[in-house]
Amino acid sequence: MIELSPSDWVAIRLTLKLGLYTTGILLAIGTPLAWWLASGRSPLRTAVQSIVALPLVLPPTVLGFYLLLLLGPRGWIGGSLEAIGLTHLAFTFTGILIASVIYSMPFAVQPLFQAFTALGRRHVEVAASLGAGPIDRFFTVILPLTRGGFIIAATLSFAHTLGEFGAILMIGGSIPGRTKVLSVLIYDHAEAMNYTAAHQLSLLLLAFAFLVLFIVYAVNRRFDTVRP
Amino acid sequence: MKSHQIILLTLSLVLGQTALAGKSLTIAAAADLRFALDEILDLYRPQHPDAAIEVIYGSSGKMTTQILNGAPYDLFFSADIAFPERLHREGFAVTEPSVYAIGRIVIWSKRQDASNMRLDDLMQPAIRRVAIAQPAHAPYGLRAREALQAGGLWDDIQPKLVFGENIAHAAQMVESEAADVGIIALSLARFPPLAAHGYSVIDDALHEPLTQGYVVTRHGSDNTLARDFARYMMQAEARAVMKRYGFELPANE
Repeated sequence: MIELSPSDWVAIRLTLKLGLYTTGILLAIGTPLAWWLASGRSPLRTAVQSIVALPLVLPPTVLGFYLLLLLGPRGWIGGSLEAIGLTHLAFTFTGILIASVIYSMPFAVQPLFQAFTALGRRHVEVAASLGAGPIDRFFTVILPLTRGGFIIAATLSFAHTLGEFGAILMIGGSIPGRTKVLSVLIYDHAEAMNYTAAHQLSLLLLAFAFLVLFIVYAVNRRFDTVRP
Repeated sequence: MKSHQIILLTLSLVLGQTALAGKSLTIAAAADLRFALDEILDLYRPQHPDAAIEVIYGSSGKMTTQILNGAPYDLFFSADIAFPERLHREGFAVTEPSVYAIGRIVIWSKRQDASNMRLDDLMQPAIRRVAIAQPAHAPYGLRAREALQAGGLWDDIQPKLVFGENIAHAAQMVESEAADVGIIALSLARFPPLAAHGYSVIDDALHEPLTQGYVVTRHGSDNTLARDFARYMMQAEARAVMKRYGFELPANE
C-alpha cells in the first residue's frame, strides 16, 4: 500500500532528527524559563511571555525571513561566524534547528508554565527546608508532580516541528538530507505532480498528528490536576 | 520505549546523516527544467555511481536570492541568463554565464483542448482562472506578462490571474484543474502526461526571448563534477532530451 522512495526515507529521518533535537533543546531551555515565568508577576515576565508566544500569531515566513537575514553570510550572526572562519547558518541543518526551536517554543513553555503554576511553591519550599538541593528538588519533587506537563510539552513541540513549513523553506531552501523535511518534500511532490507520493506522506503525517493529539488529550485527562 | 532505546535511535539518526561522504553535486535549476533535467540526470548518474547528485527546483529569481545568501549550490541553471549575469557581476559565479537553451511559453489546459487556443481566447467568460508564474521572480511569469501586455490583455485579464510560485507550480495549478488555463513552459507541456491534453505555442515576437543560461557558482568552484555535468549538458545525449522537451539549443561549441 505505502511504498516510500529512498528520498522519502531521507526526509523522514531528517524530520525525526529535527523533531528530536528541537524537543530536547526546548525542554532544556523551556523548563527554567517556564519556572521563572511561573514564579511571580512583573512587566518583564509579561514581556518575555509575549515574545515566547509570538510564533503563535506571526506568519512563519516572517520568522524565516528575519532568520535568513540574521544567519546568512551577510547577516549579523552569519557574518560574524564567517569572519572568525566558520560558515554561516543559512541553508544548514543548524539553521532550520534554530528556526524550529523558536517556532515551537510556545508549545513547550506554555504547558510547563501551566503545570508549574498549578504546582505552586509550597512543595518545593518544604523540600528545601528538609535540606534537598536544587537538582534534588527538581528530580524528586517537581518532575514527578508535573510529569503530565512535561509529556504534553514534549509531544506538542515534537509534533509542531513536524508541521513546520514556511520558516524552514525560507531559511533552509530545500536541500535533500540537510533541510528538505517532510512538509517541504510533500510540497515538492505536489509541484512535480507526483500525487501518489504526496498522498502517502500526507497520510503518514495526518495519522501521526492524530496520534499525538490523542496522546495529549489522554494525558490531559489522566493528569488533570497536579496531585498533591 | 526505554531510555537506552531512545539514545540508540538518536545516535543512529545523527550518525546516519554524517555517513555521507565522497563526491557530491548540488544543482539549482529553474522549475521549467523539472522533467527534462530529471531525465538527463537519470542518464548521467550511472556514469558516476559513487557521486551524490541532488537537484533543487525553484524560480530562477528565488534561486539567485538563495545563492546571494550563501546557498550551497554548485551549479545554477537559470531560466533567464540575466540572473547568472548578476551573480557573475557580484562575484558569486566562477564561470562566464553561458546559454544552454532557449525556452518558449505555451497556453495549456487540462479542462479543454488548448491546441488551437490564442491569447484572446483567454478572455472568454467560460475561462475563469488563468495561472501564470510570479512575474517578479520567475522568468516564465515575466514572459507571460509581456505576451499578455503585447496582446493588449494585461489589464483586462487581471481578475482572472492566479500566480504560481514558480512555473512548475503554475502548471500544477492547471493540472489539478484549480485553474482553467495556464501560460506555462513548453518544456512542462511536453511532459508526456501533460502533453496528452494539447497546447499551443505563443508567438515569440510577443515577448523577450527566454534565453536560459548557467554558471558554476563560487560554492562549486572546486567541484570537478559541476564542470563535468555542465559539459555533459552540451553533449548529444543530453541535447536530445532537451530537444524532445521543446528547447531550442545553441550551436555546439
